[in-house]
Amino acid sequence: MDELLADFLTETNESLAELDVALLTLERTPDDANTLSLIFRMVHTIKGTCGFLGLPRLERVAHAGENVLGKLRDGALSASPDIVTQILAALDRIKAILSSLGATGDEPAGDDTELIASLNAAASGQEPSNTPTAPALEPPVHAEFAEPPDHVAEAVQEAPVSHEPDPAHEPMAAEDPDSHSVHGPGGQAPAVQQTIRVTVDVLEDLMTLVSELVLTRNQLLQLARAQENSGFTAPLQRLSHITSDLQEGVMKTRMQPIGMAWNKLPRLVRDLSRDLGKKIELTMLGAETELDRQVLELIKDPLTHMVRNSGDHGLETPAERRAAGKPETGQIVLNAFHEGGHIVIEISDDGRGLAAHRIRQKILTNGLATEAELAAMPEVQIQRFIFRAGFSTAANVTAVSGRGVGMDVVKTNIEKIGGTIDLKSIAGQGTAFTIKIPLTLAIVSALIVEAASERFAIPQISVVELVRARRAGDGTRSTPGENAIERINDTPVLRLRDRLLPLVSLSDLLGLGKAETPESGAHIVVTQVGASLLGIIVDRVFDTEEIVVKPVAPILRHITMFSGNTILGDGSVIMILDPAGIARATGVGAAADNKLVKPETIEGTASADRMALLLFRVNGSERMAVPLNLVARLEDIPREKIEFSSGIPVTQYRGRLMPLVSLTTQDSNSTPTQSLLVFADGDHAMGLMVDEIIDVVEDRMEIELASARPGSLGTAVIGGFATDVLDTGYWLTQAGRDWFSARSARSSVPGSRVLVVEDSAFFRNLLVPSLAAAGFKVSTAANAEEALRLRDAGLMFDAIVSDIEMPGMDGLSFARAVREGGPWANLPMIALSSHTEPHHVEAGRDAGFTDYVAKTQRGAIANSLRQCLTEMAGA
Amino acid sequence: MTVEMLERNDQTVRDEQVYVTLSVAGQLCGIPVLGVRDILAEQPITRIPLAPPDIAGSLNLRGRIVTAIDLRSRLTLPPPAHGEKRMSVVVEQGGELYALLVDQVAEVMSLDKTLFERNPPTLERHWALFSNGIYRLDGSLLVLLDVARLLDFTLQN
Repeated sequence: MDELLADFLTETNESLAELDVALLTLERTPDDANTLSLIFRMVHTIKGTCGFLGLPRLERVAHAGENVLGKLRDGALSASPDIVTQILAALDRIKAILSSLGATGDEPAGDDTELIASLNAAASGQEPSNTPTAPALEPPVHAEFAEPPDHVAEAVQEAPVSHEPDPAHEPMAAEDPDSHSVHGPGGQAPAVQQTIRVTVDVLEDLMTLVSELVLTRNQLLQLARAQENSGFTAPLQRLSHITSDLQEGVMKTRMQPIGMAWNKLPRLVRDLSRDLGKKIELTMLGAETELDRQVLELIKDPLTHMVRNSGDHGLETPAERRAAGKPETGQIVLNAFHEGGHIVIEISDDGRGLAAHRIRQKILTNGLATEAELAAMPEVQIQRFIFRAGFSTAANVTAVSGRGVGMDVVKTNIEKIGGTIDLKSIAGQGTAFTIKIPLTLAIVSALIVEAASERFAIPQISVVELVRARRAGDGTRSTPGENAIERINDTPVLRLRDRLLPLVSLSDLLGLGKAETPESGAHIVVTQVGASLLGIIVDRVFDTEEIVVKPVAPILRHITMFSGNTILGDGSVIMILDPAGIARATGVGAAADNKLVKPETIEGTASADRMALLLFRVNGSERMAVPLNLVARLEDIPREKIEFSSGIPVTQYRGRLMPLVSLTTQDSNSTPTQSLLVFADGDHAMGLMVDEIIDVVEDRMEIELASARPGSLGTAVIGGFATDVLDTGYWLTQAGRDWFSARSARSSVPGSRVLVVEDSAFFRNLLVPSLAAAGFKVSTAANAEEALRLRDAGLMFDAIVSDIEMPGMDGLSFARAVREGGPWANLPMIALSSHTEPHHVEAGRDAGFTDYVAKTQRGAIANSLRQCLTEMAGA
Repeated sequence: MTVEMLERNDQTVRDEQVYVTLSVAGQLCGIPVLGVRDILAEQPITRIPLAPPDIAGSLNLRGRIVTAIDLRSRLTLPPPAHGEKRMSVVVEQGGELYALLVDQVAEVMSLDKTLFERNPPTLERHWALFSNGIYRLDGSLLVLLDVARLLDFTLQN
């Protein structure tokens, strides 16, 4: 069955169960506005979703029910037992249709005119002459309602029996046993009968307990090894096996097929191919390959991004393909399989491949490598540059045939879960990405090493090989055939198969003090972080051990060298090293990465709850933060590059003069370079001069102290410290240009930022990919309050799409709030609703909406957005 | 190795508070007994490189990893004599366990409110920062430690 449909069934069955209870509450307390609006919203959601999924019969019934509820909510009707009975009858019909839908995947044929007519009659205030007949109902359904509203049971007993067996109802009758299960204790649709829903918390708790058990088992085994022929040996072996089985079993409960992360891709590809005018065929292999749900959640977005990239940049148009002698239809193949404790996911296309010469150019323009270095680099290493942050700038995304949009984010996300990503591309033949991720994050295999008498664990997945090397003392010459650590000034390196491997001494890095002597042999743990290799010098290497990763205490979270800690079999606590953190700390593969930050890549994932915040320092010690996606770029420019034009500091930036504004009141010329936050919009750019860029963190931004100082919105606790939040709007106007009017004069519609305000996660999930595929950069807010917080935080969008029916502040009040003033006051706003009757549309326009679009018309939303934005640009 | 915490007595007389008393560098201190999760004898402690200086390391408490905080260091006292065995008082803060390393854990005492006094204004800053007040005992004074502040690492001496 369609995954969307299955989701819908599960969700709807749950809300229907709630609805029953809520309706009975309503009957007892007819004036309870909360219950009423709760019921109204649930029915409304069902209706809206049906329209979207193309379930006309269900939609019609829900719509009629909603009409009555709307009247109740507006106070035009009161919830008399008769009316409640009518609504219950409508709900029963919905359930019956759902159960058949669950069994067959299709809406059953049937006639609801009578039911709808009687609902409409109720809505118009007429007393129902008789309770609606319900041909689709059968006794088990009513058993539940038999107690309070007696009418239902009565009505039913009279009605269906007396009905002629209409052939149209046959399929429904056949579903009787199934529809029974809809109301069974499990409350599940037949499609998911064999499963029970358990909260993730229960599974997480189980996992934690099993992890503890594994640790205890390891400890016991270690003890038993010391005493041979002990009576414990046999039962301990058995305990050990059972523990392993249990561990496996619990892990299985957390496993989900990778297809869950893929299910939205066919739709995405379809939309993509239509929008781009390309013919694309998506093949998905190994969708049943299972992996931990935590990992699954984390790779969903990167995968989506990569498939979109493949379709957008990798594949050619049919004409180009014909010219190249390829079939018109381009192929994107997703392949997932297990490989020794890891999952390998391959995403390949048969497109044009990466344009190596463009990448070379880009590397040179960005100064990432010199021409000589490039000449010496193997092709694949050049291609790997696309994983660098900001490698592709907005200007040449369309110009460069290769990829590059957001590959750095993809890489970071994959590395975050201990995975690796690599690529292979042949010009004219296509590109293949290979992602390797651990099966689970909870229990990992780790190598135990020792430096300066302290032991540490290194996750096995990032270890490439182990090399024994001699620590070359001063004046000692290395003999051929023997690995020796050499030094360039003080930097240790190792010749490894004709390449120089950068090394870092673990004891130096962690400040453990010198316990190493030139005589003692050293071990080098060669780790791979992304495309870079780094050797970590340790004193000893022990065994590998299965460890349970536990997060470190909050007061230690700032130490980026550790990804967690764990307890070893011998009961001792040990820190787990994070090779990615070590690489960052030592500058391997990261030095160039930090130069450019590309915020647009956060598209679609921006959350009002937690957002990526850029932390920087001004006036020596003050911490300030700004949402990262407002910042176009981070730069460090030499101080002498700052020039003055009519007393205003400017710098030459990408062939243009860029005005600079200093955030610092006290001048600190102590450093040779000046850190800049570059804000860019179309052709305009300005730089804010700050003392130092500290970090990018993901955190909530809740302003706790409002600020009287211009330029600061207030103070929030970010990353555990009081931090001032930058009032971006204020500083942009300081650059001497009317920033916002410059923005609206822009005519380019694609790439416009759209804020979607929608309370139903289900709808958000439907809308966001389709808008993103239409070329918009989409952010979401779950309610109007959240959206207004985004406004107050200084985020800017080009248009807002808002639902009308929302808990708390509804869409109309939201529109009025936006129009009242503030930076969003003039943005185009599009209302999204399932009510499209003229008076609704008028109410929407009165509240300030620019356009009014039916929820069911997905294409219309993108069209309306385009139209509004073009009008804005033309105005 | 661990000594299970004594039975919690909820029938405490209203005017009396129950404290676990301990000594750090010769000074008698007290921690409210209700906040104490465990008392441990000398434990192997794993050093945590790059951690703030007051953090002694982490230790394994029946499968849970507990961050150990050196009370001497926190109170800006000299380190203990080499090889001296130290005990820990395990407290909980925000769902995380922390072990306070002390020289010696003494007895559990029920102290009358009338013996309590606020910090003398002349008390040195590094003590005043973490002390909630003083109990006048026979022959000695007991400093009532503020556990929440001890664990708040934004407060530094």
